[in-house]
Amino acid sequence: MANTRGNDRRVERDGLGPAIAVIDVWKSFGDREVLRGINLEVSRGESLVIVGQSGAGKSVLLKHLIGLIPPDKGHIIIDGEDLTNSDSARCLEIRRKFGMSFQEGALFDSMDVFGNIAFPLRHPATMSEDKIAARVHQCLALVHLEGTETKATSELSGGMRRRVGFARAIAHQPQILLFDEPNTGLDPITSGVIDSVIVEMREHLDVTMVTITHDMKSAFRIADRIAMLRNGRIIAEASPEAFRSLADPYIQKFLAGEPVEEEVA
Amino acid sequence: MTAEAASRSPVTALFEWIGRHGLNVFEDVGKFFYILHTTIYWTFRRPFDAREWVRQMVRVGVDSIPIVGLTAMFTGMVMALQTYRGFARFHAEGFVASVVSLSLTRELAPVLASLMIAGRIGSSLAAELGTMRVTEQIDALYAMATEPIQYLVVPRVGATTLMLPPLVAIANGLGIWGGYVIAVGLMGANPMMYWDRTFQYLDLNDVFSGLIKAAVFGLILSVTGCAKGFFTTGGAEGVGRATTSAVVMGSVVILVSDFFLTKILF
Repeated sequence: MANTRGNDRRVERDGLGPAIAVIDVWKSFGDREVLRGINLEVSRGESLVIVGQSGAGKSVLLKHLIGLIPPDKGHIIIDGEDLTNSDSARCLEIRRKFGMSFQEGALFDSMDVFGNIAFPLRHPATMSEDKIAARVHQCLALVHLEGTETKATSELSGGMRRRVGFARAIAHQPQILLFDEPNTGLDPITSGVIDSVIVEMREHLDVTMVTITHDMKSAFRIADRIAMLRNGRIIAEASPEAFRSLADPYIQKFLAGEPVEEEVA
Repeated sequence: MTAEAASRSPVTALFEWIGRHGLNVFEDVGKFFYILHTTIYWTFRRPFDAREWVRQMVRVGVDSIPIVGLTAMFTGMVMALQTYRGFARFHAEGFVASVVSLSLTRELAPVLASLMIAGRIGSSLAAELGTMRVTEQIDALYAMATEPIQYLVVPRVGATTLMLPPLVAIANGLGIWGGYVIAVGLMGANPMMYWDRTFQYLDLNDVFSGLIKAAVFGLILSVTGCAKGFFTTGGAEGVGRATTSAVVMGSVVILVSDFFLTKILF
């Protein structure tokens, strides 16, 4: 496995362990093994991008991180706490450390933009409505969507839906942000906008980020470190600069967008 | 047909078919009771979303009054028409009112209203939750540390269970009134006597058991709809399948449980 760690943009806080540690995680659906012994660490403040082909297990891995899918074997450690061994109340507490942006936004269509972003602030209701409104405006400003509060989610374009999804993910000021294929199905310009919004959010917020994508351009823009997932295993981890020069023929084909004969290991 | 399937003996294929469908039934029963028990568990935990409860009660109850009322009224009317003609053959027209009121309160109003609500609400619960499942909105709730059962299922199941008895009470009234209009207005029955006979053999127990039935049917149809929606897979097609099967399964379970409830309650 290629492993070229370290990057000048990476921020480590002294004395604290990794924000996320994935230890030997296995997952099967029926006869199909999707994750086969994943080991991964994400440092605090780092932006890790996991790349891989469709069906490589990226989304499944991301859902493991937040406890949406339990592993068959292995451990997910968040901030030193084992998510896999926690009871449901503790799981809920750990989950509050996360903000997750879903592939198509997963916005609640029964609510407008304001209602969507206010949701994590109203459940549980710990803030006054004034404070919630101020926070919603702040989040919308961060994703450059000021003035869209009263829009129905059905009125939004694909790119806007993603950005409202980002705003909702950051509303409760999480420590860790997860992005599930933020660029899928978007044109190159909108995709560029999405990437720059992610980079801006990174600069303004003190967060750890994990993004999964198959878009290498996007990965190079937003990553401190890139991990390649193939057939349920991490086959390479490297800084963006080092990733480009990895000798692995599969990675080179993936970077060049050339077809590859899929081996089933 | 594949060569393997063709070479399989019909007996093996039959057992496979029985096994597959048997497993599906067990799976459905398991999902129903999973949703039922988690709903009961989360109903009594904070926070209580009173606004959502009211919204769902309006959706299930108030908005269903026209369809349930219309069904009950025409059922009462047709009951009066049929029984009046039948009873006239042995000069028992005087009992039409009693037959209409008893059959409506004990059986027809709860069952027909519940079947209408299974079509109207059971299907929409399955479609709503199913769409939320396939568009990852349910995952988004989990991700925001909100329990979807508590946020989505509890108010919907609670509202349906609570609103079915009042709906059936309205159905009882409109059904009896429908029967009265036909018997008195069309068949020339004595209004005073009809009114008298309506209540003469009607016990409070008849009405209450009908209302209890209604609440149980409400619970069954809403849990079925939510279970079908909550576990939807397979995109838009899956949502369609979940919706159809919520209505079919909900209706069948209502009719089957009606027999057992009647056996217990009367």
